[in-house]
Amino acid sequence: MEIEKIYKIIDDMVDNNEGLIPILQKLQDELGYLPINVLKVISEKMHLPYQQVFGVTTFYSQFRLEPQGKNLIQLCDGTACHVRGSKKNIRATEKRLGIKRGETTEDMKFTFEVVYCLGSCALSPTAMINKKIVPKLTPSKILKIIDELS
Amino acid sequence: MNIIIDGRSIRTEEQLTILDIAEREGIHIPTLCYHPALPPQSVCRICLVEVEGEKVLQPACSFKVRDKMVIHTDTPKVLEARRVSLDLIISNHPLDCMTCDIAGNCELQDLAYEFGIKESEFKGRSIEYPIDDTNPFIIRDLNKCILCRRCIRACDEIQNRRVLGVTNRGFETKIIADFDLLLQDSTCEFCGQCVAVCPVGALTPKISTGMGREWEFKKINTVCPYCGVGCRFDLNVKDEKIVKVTSNSENPVNGIALCVKGRFGFDFVNHPDRLKTPLIKRNGKFEETSWDEALDYIVNKFIEIKESKGSDAFAVLSSAKCTNEENYLLQKFTRAVLGTNNIDHCARLCHAPTVTGLVTAFGSGAMTNSIEDIATEAKAYLIIGSNTTEQHPVIGIKIRKAVREGAKLVVADPREIDIAKIAMIHLKQKPGTDVALLNGLMNVIIKEDLWDKEFVEKRTEGFEELKETVSKYEPKIVEETTGVPADDIIRAAEILANNKPASLIYSMGITQHISGHLNVLSCANLQMLLGNMGIPGGGVNPLRGQNNVQGACDLGALPNVYPGYQSVASEGNQNKFEEFWKVKLDKKPGITVVEMMDEAEKGNIKAMYIMGENPMVSDPDVNHVRKCLQSLEFLVVQDIFLSETAKLADVVLPAVSFAEKEGTYTNTERRVQLLGKAINPIGDSKPDWQIICELSTKMGYPMNYNSVKEIMDEIAKVTPIYGGISHERLNTNGIQWPCPDKEHPGTTILHVEKFSRGLGHFSAVDHLPPKELPDDEFPYILTTGRVIYHWHTREMTGRSKGLDKIYPESFVEINPEDASKLNIKDGEIVRVISRRGKVEVKAEVTERTQPGVLFMTFHFAKSNANILTIRALDKVSKIPEFKVCAVKIEKI
Repeated sequence: MEIEKIYKIIDDMVDNNEGLIPILQKLQDELGYLPINVLKVISEKMHLPYQQVFGVTTFYSQFRLEPQGKNLIQLCDGTACHVRGSKKNIRATEKRLGIKRGETTEDMKFTFEVVYCLGSCALSPTAMINKKIVPKLTPSKILKIIDELS
Repeated sequence: MNIIIDGRSIRTEEQLTILDIAEREGIHIPTLCYHPALPPQSVCRICLVEVEGEKVLQPACSFKVRDKMVIHTDTPKVLEARRVSLDLIISNHPLDCMTCDIAGNCELQDLAYEFGIKESEFKGRSIEYPIDDTNPFIIRDLNKCILCRRCIRACDEIQNRRVLGVTNRGFETKIIADFDLLLQDSTCEFCGQCVAVCPVGALTPKISTGMGREWEFKKINTVCPYCGVGCRFDLNVKDEKIVKVTSNSENPVNGIALCVKGRFGFDFVNHPDRLKTPLIKRNGKFEETSWDEALDYIVNKFIEIKESKGSDAFAVLSSAKCTNEENYLLQKFTRAVLGTNNIDHCARLCHAPTVTGLVTAFGSGAMTNSIEDIATEAKAYLIIGSNTTEQHPVIGIKIRKAVREGAKLVVADPREIDIAKIAMIHLKQKPGTDVALLNGLMNVIIKEDLWDKEFVEKRTEGFEELKETVSKYEPKIVEETTGVPADDIIRAAEILANNKPASLIYSMGITQHISGHLNVLSCANLQMLLGNMGIPGGGVNPLRGQNNVQGACDLGALPNVYPGYQSVASEGNQNKFEEFWKVKLDKKPGITVVEMMDEAEKGNIKAMYIMGENPMVSDPDVNHVRKCLQSLEFLVVQDIFLSETAKLADVVLPAVSFAEKEGTYTNTERRVQLLGKAINPIGDSKPDWQIICELSTKMGYPMNYNSVKEIMDEIAKVTPIYGGISHERLNTNGIQWPCPDKEHPGTTILHVEKFSRGLGHFSAVDHLPPKELPDDEFPYILTTGRVIYHWHTREMTGRSKGLDKIYPESFVEINPEDASKLNIKDGEIVRVISRRGKVEVKAEVTERTQPGVLFMTFHFAKSNANILTIRALDKVSKIPEFKVCAVKIEKI
């Protein structure tokens, strides 16, 4: 996106007295992630210190500083999923994609994250793949999904 | 109201915390994240106490007391909670106290000792961070960080920069600078406030690494040798070497705050370049010699010149870096022994118009208010011609804080200086158009009927003339002269008039012009018109440059006045000093710095004695200065380093630095402060006062003082404004003059209810254009200034490793518009040429400077801006016009 469009989004939202978090959310929606130079512009426009904007961005797991792969795989390792074997799913995913949690494949096809509770404990172990809940996950099930998405 | 702590009933007031009262009552509550200079954070859970009626334990540092509250500070529950909190902190802290620089001064170590924790019971993951030691000042070792957030609060609350913050959460939480950058790459300005408050070894001064530990240091409280703010700090000394500067919260001006120069710029004192023996130049080469030989040599020469050419063949430069006592003695030596009033010092180059201008307007030529009241009581500020945050950093941080808390700031400066970023309005006048701008503001204030009629009526004279003159300065007309949009002038005038009290702060941007005297008068006019004089938070406040430039002026290191601004032309004063010094005095006022150089060139001045000044870098038109000094028959320079000026001397006398002497400095707010002697003189060097005494005695005019204290006692006898000042009375707080007698507490604000001269005097003044304006051949204005990392001619900061490393060379700032016209790239070496000389210097392409204007610092002997500057003088104050000359710039 051109920098002018980013400026405009920020300006409009700042003029509207929107808070920092909605502005970060909106820009992440637009850009897929939050590059440092965009955070810098936000800081300056909102008269907030750099560290404060960076601190908020890194505090919440919803924000990312790096570009995201085409597909987002989030495996839950919360208590319920953990006791029902989510570790196996995580290991299988890491092995197949060749990346660790929090990383993105070189071809930018997959970003893999481990999250803590998706609020669907009854279906554990669960995953959220491209914003859709996948219930009762097993290693073969997740590998099949990855193959379909590849 | 009453509370009960550990069964003791205690009477107390509201709004206090449990910790406040416990400390007052001598009840021990351990703390860790708490720091008395910072707002409480309550994150470490070490100060937990039991409050009856509260479900959980409460942090004493932030929990406010209520009537009849019952508190327990040492129950098993409390002690166990504290122990667990401490253990958790220690579980992620390296136990390397044996090699840690901060051991002995580590609050975590002290607590571990108190609670008997040898190692943590929690064995688990610990985080490893790389150490950030790329910058020259601060080592940041986050492995030792305990996340108390004191550094964040210091950066926020004291320094008002907010560079430091927190990233991530839970176990990954860590302290960051900006976007998790190295300090070197962040917006940090290395004030080191964070180092001062860090309770552990996470933030330490790089320069002090491996130099010793707390119990080995002798601590001496003294005054910073750099600027006129007059911060105090503790020099930490080990084996006659200064190894560290630490904050001391008792300091009246600065508290624990310091700037990068004060905190990290002390290593010049023990630098190998220090002069250690007297030097005599023979056949063009310096030879080391004894004090006796050097002084005899000088005495013979001085006597020969005095007998053959008379007293007026001498000129003396005193030093705003030296103490009050030394300045007093040198002017006494000049007047009583050499027999001339030809004594001056660098105040001529910075605030001479302040003295002439403010004496004319108010009757006293000094900053009218105090730092404290300006910082806390002003509702608005006009900062004009002062790069406050870089040149008087600790005053700068106080103003930043005031602005954050709601004070309105108007900045008038041709350059986009740092403090302009937080201004409500920045008036970017063209250099040299300050009178027009100030008259424009007054025009609006009078036209809109916003002036203080009662004040003007009762306290001033000359208003009608002023009114008539400023009526010509309609904003539209002023816009043409100054380049400042008329609407901005109107808005600024309204801000200043509608927010009372407003404080006016200025510095060399006002004074260093041929219109310097007129500029100062205009500042005084504006503040009288607004009724801002004689009240807290108001005033006309020139920020003085050198640590003791105020004192050097006060003690008569000026050609026209004796100590205490007593005119030499008055017969009464002459008689008084003749009687006191028991010698015949000359009643003809002497000549000023720049005139001395001119007279030396003409052959009228034969000998100069220069103490702690470096005109070969600091004075305008340096090529001319060299010619003048070379045409002298005899030049004596007394300094701590072989400066550019000392290199031209016939005899060089090694003096001592601030750390090796006793005496007093007077800061910008007229506060006389006592120095502490930290180390003995290096080599054979001697304090300036001793050198002057020995020289004088050898000249046949004995000066026998057993101590510096006795010199101050003599000063008090002849100097009414210092009448009540003695070393015995000066504790850490100092005393602000005028202090006429031993019982007088000193004066924080001048001109309360009555001006020193009676009525305040309005002087109707008109815009006077600079002497040399751009033309076809020299199409740019060159203006000069300073940066935070250096001090004047860099004799000190150039020999401070960190300061030299972070800012090693000179730049010329050029606006991108001009740079692209001339095809000049950022970082390219260019040639800047004026009618007087040329320099080669690196270009910095930046919006900071406006189109048509170039900016250079005058710190550097190499690429010296003063090769270019002009010797045009203000008629009244004789200050040279450093701030404006015409130059051209070309590619090489």
